[in-house]
Amino acid sequence: MSVPLTLLGLLEREPSHGYDLKRDYDTYFGRSKPLPFGQVYATLARLSRDGKVAPGEVEPGDGPDRKRYAITPVGKQEFETWLAEPVEPEPHLQTVLFAKVVLALMLGRSAEQYLDTQRAAHLQRMRELTELKRQDSLIDALLADHGLFHLEADLRWIDMTAARLPSLAMEVVS
Amino acid sequence: MSLTAAPVDIRSTDYLIEARDVVFDFGETPALRGANVSIREGEILAVMGPSGSGKSTLLHCLAGILAPKHGEIRFSGQRVDTLGDNERSALRRDSFGFVFQFGQLVPELTAEENVALPLLLGGLRRNDALGRAREWFERLGIDGLERRRSGELSGGQAQRVALARGLVANPKVLFADEPTGSLDSLTGELVMELLVTAARQAGTTVVLVTHEPRVAAYAGREVIVRDGLVSSLVPDTRAP
Repeated sequence: MSVPLTLLGLLEREPSHGYDLKRDYDTYFGRSKPLPFGQVYATLARLSRDGKVAPGEVEPGDGPDRKRYAITPVGKQEFETWLAEPVEPEPHLQTVLFAKVVLALMLGRSAEQYLDTQRAAHLQRMRELTELKRQDSLIDALLADHGLFHLEADLRWIDMTAARLPSLAMEVVS
Repeated sequence: MSLTAAPVDIRSTDYLIEARDVVFDFGETPALRGANVSIREGEILAVMGPSGSGKSTLLHCLAGILAPKHGEIRFSGQRVDTLGDNERSALRRDSFGFVFQFGQLVPELTAEENVALPLLLGGLRRNDALGRAREWFERLGIDGLERRRSGELSGGQAQRVALARGLVANPKVLFADEPTGSLDSLTGELVMELLVTAARQAGTTVVLVTHEPRVAAYAGREVIVRDGLVSSLVPDTRAP
């Protein structure tokens, strides 16, 4: 799970304070592991240094959180690239793919397209493992089976998520 | 996507099977709403999709079992959808083989008679047809079961008999609709292994309808049917 890329995605909706980013991150992606404030500001500082976000003017008021950060064209490009590429088709990809789906829906993009890209990558990997199984080695077949069953579980999750996209969209957009 | 048939001029024979803007309704219920798919000779294509998406209807239209309401279906460049019932029956008998989810063997016949059926319907003499049918029993690991009736076969045995029946007449295309759907994982894998090996050896084109990714992984490419339309997960960019 990439915190910098997820924050870039959240910033693409609108310029935000660090506090808003932490709140939304924890709501959608950090349920079992909330993001520490220190990590939010350290990440924003790095993104700012690399030209991917730009801090706004210091706003009047108390407390450390007086800058609103906006995504730059460079940051936007990096986020788009990440969103569109399939996750390495290894088992247990849910956290990253889940983040992509939620961010895509938040930003009004076609999450179904990303799920299809992932589905194709998974099926391609399953084809490779199936060919491996056909080579007559029982050991290879058993190892390939382990991968196939896990990839299949991911695909079932992708199918269920695709079927639930309209409801999910209502939840994350509202 | 238009729900009516657009006049499409297909002269290409690059593909063995082509469907263009195919529409099919079951009464008031639309099943295919302008489906397009192109299949190369020798290709093993998986047709995936959720239940009720129209994938079996697509297979039935491609195989000339159902006649679409609109659109075109071509086999080797020739229109299939405009053929009469008798001509479509002849096409199915001479060029296509079929395997369905539950085998659908004729219960009154022995296993070898079931396998010989397409040859007998094609006019081959009984002894010749049975002789060719028997060759398949050893090939598919079911020798010894030739004289049994379908009620005396396990699910996996019956499905291998059905596979032999689908391939015995050396069809150009094998249409397989959830061929492992009634089998446990290990038996299903055995059937798929036999199916793919036999199809590759003979260069048979296979249209494989399945909702199971592990079965689809035996195919070289997959398309997904959703709401009566066909989409490819990745563009088919290979030169025909």
